[in-house]
Amino acid sequence: MLIGIVFVISIGSFYLIHLLPGNPATVIAGVGATPEYTAKLYKLLGLNRPIYEQYFIWMGNVLHGNLGTSFISQTSVTSVIGAALPIDVEIIVLSQIIAFATAIPMAMRSSRRPDGPLDRVLGASSFTLLSIPPFVVIVMLVLLISIKLGVPHTGPSSYVSLGTDWVANLESLALPAFTLAIGSFVVYYRVLRSDLIATLQEEFITLARSKGISQRRIMWRHAFRPSSVALLGTAGVNIGGLLASGFIVQYLLAIPGLGYTLITAIFNSDYLLVQGIVFVVSVGVVLINFTFDFIINIVDPRISRE
Amino acid sequence: MSDLQDEAPLVEKSEKREPMGVLFWVCVGWIVLNVFGAIFANVLPLQNPLYQNYALVNAGPSLHHLLGTDDLGRDIFTRIVYGSRVSISVGVGAMIIGFGIGAPLGMLAAYRRGRFDAILTTVMYVLLAFPAIIATIAVLSFWTPRSLYKIIVVIGIASIPLVYRVIRTATMAVATKDYVTAAKVQGATDRRILVKELLPNIAPIGISFLLIGVATVIILEGALAFLGLSVNPPTPSWGNMINESRTVLAQNPWLALFPSLAICLFLLGLNFMGDRLRSHYDVTEVKL
Repeated sequence: MLIGIVFVISIGSFYLIHLLPGNPATVIAGVGATPEYTAKLYKLLGLNRPIYEQYFIWMGNVLHGNLGTSFISQTSVTSVIGAALPIDVEIIVLSQIIAFATAIPMAMRSSRRPDGPLDRVLGASSFTLLSIPPFVVIVMLVLLISIKLGVPHTGPSSYVSLGTDWVANLESLALPAFTLAIGSFVVYYRVLRSDLIATLQEEFITLARSKGISQRRIMWRHAFRPSSVALLGTAGVNIGGLLASGFIVQYLLAIPGLGYTLITAIFNSDYLLVQGIVFVVSVGVVLINFTFDFIINIVDPRISRE
Repeated sequence: MSDLQDEAPLVEKSEKREPMGVLFWVCVGWIVLNVFGAIFANVLPLQNPLYQNYALVNAGPSLHHLLGTDDLGRDIFTRIVYGSRVSISVGVGAMIIGFGIGAPLGMLAAYRRGRFDAILTTVMYVLLAFPAIIATIAVLSFWTPRSLYKIIVVIGIASIPLVYRVIRTATMAVATKDYVTAAKVQGATDRRILVKELLPNIAPIGISFLLIGVATVIILEGALAFLGLSVNPPTPSWGNMINESRTVLAQNPWLALFPSLAICLFLLGLNFMGDRLRSHYDVTEVKL
C-alpha cells in the first residue's frame, strides 16, 4: 500500500512540470539565447525522449538520492531540500508542543463538566479561533507587535539557524510556530474534549470512581489513554496538513523553509526544484500518516485486533 | 456505544431535539446578508470599488466613507462588499463541483460496496495523500492567464476526494439500517433507495460539511490571493485587500482590520451553522 502510494505520488509530481507552458529549455537558456543553443540544451536535458522514459530516468536518479540540479541556483535539489527541511520540522515540532500543552489540560478540564461555564467559554473561544485564517493571524500579530508595541518587525533576514544561536533561533520561529499552533490547538481541543466526555460515561470510569481512585489518576490513566486514540488519529492528519499548509505562513514571514522555497521555485519556474519538493513533501505526509497509524496500534491494541 | 445508538428509537430522538437557538439564526441572517450584498453589489447604492480619490487616501472611518479609504483613496466598505463576490463564488462554486462529483460517487460506493467501492476508495485515498494545496498552487501558477472560473475548477476538483470520503462514511452508517433493508424487500429500485431513503438521512451531515467546506475554501482562496494566485488586482477580494494592506500597515491599520473582520465573521457564521447542524443531527456524539 505504502509503496503503491509513493509510486503514484512520484508520477504525480513528475507530471506537474508538464503542466508548464513552453518548454524548460527556453527558460533555462534565458532571454537572449540563440535557437541553436536552446535546441542543444533541449537534447542535453533529455526532453526529446518520450515522457515515460524521462520518468524512469528521473525515478532511477531519485532512488539513488539524486533529485537533479536546480536550473536557477545550479545547486543540487537534494542539498536545497536538506537545508530547508529542518526549518519545517522545527516549526512543526514547536507548534505541536504548544498545541498539545494547551489542548490536553484544557480538554480535560472542560470535559469534567460539559456545558459548565469553563466548557462554554473554551468552546466559544476555540470556535472563534477556528474562524481566523492563518494569514489574518500573521497580519494582526505583525500589526500588534511592530506597530502598537513599537518593537520593529524582525523581517525576512532575521532567521537564525539552530546551530548558530538557539535563543535567536527560537525568537525567529516563535511567530510561525504560534500561528500554526492556533489551528492545531482548536482541532485537538475539540476532538479530545468530545471523546473524553464519551469515555467518562463508560462503566470502567464509574468503577474506578467507586474504588475511590483520585480524579487526577482517573483522568490520566483511565480516560486519557482510550481517548488519546482519536487525538492521535487527528494529529497524524493535521501534522501532515501542516507540512503542506505551513508554507503560507513561511512565505509571509519569509522563513526559508520548504514552503517558502517551493513558492519561490514555482515563481522562478525552477522545474526540478518544484518537482523535488512536491515529491518529498507528499511522501512526508504519507509517512507521517502511516507512523501515526502505527503509534495508534501501540496505544490501543484493540484496533489492530479488529 | 454503537449498541446504544442502534437501540435508541427514532421517535424519541426527535422529541428530545432542542431548538436551534437564537445564535444559529443570527448566523443564518449574517450569511444571507453577505450573499445578498455579493449578488446585488452593483445594484446597491455603493461607490465605485475602483474609483481612486487621491484627495482622500488612508482616511479613517467617516460618514462618507463608512470604513475609511485605502492607500489609493478607494472606499474600503465598497471594496469589501465587492470582494465578498470573489470569496463567496469561489467557496460555493468549488463546493458545487466537489459535491456534484464526490457526493454521488461516495453514496453509490457505500451502497453498492464490492469491487466498485474498493477501487474507487483506494484511488481516493491515494489522491488524499497528495497534498491538495500544493497541487492547487502548482496548477494555478502554471495555468495562465488566471481567472475566477479556473480557480473554482482547480479547488473544486481538489476537494472531490475529501467530499467522497465524508459522504461515503456517512452513507455507510445508514446503508445497513433496517429501513433500507425493508425498502429493498418491498422491491424498491436502487435509485429510489438512494434518493428517498439514504439521501434525506445523510443530508444534514452533508450540509454541515458543505458549510465548513465553503469556509475552508474561502481560507484557501485568501491564501492564494497572498501568493498573487487569485483574481488579479485591482479587482478586490478579501484576500488581496488584506495582502495589499501589509505594505501600509503602519499608516492605515483600518485597511488590514476591516477586510480581516469581514472574512473572520463570515467564516465564523459558516462554521457555527455547520457545527450546530452537525451536533443537532449527530448520532455519534453523546447527548447529555
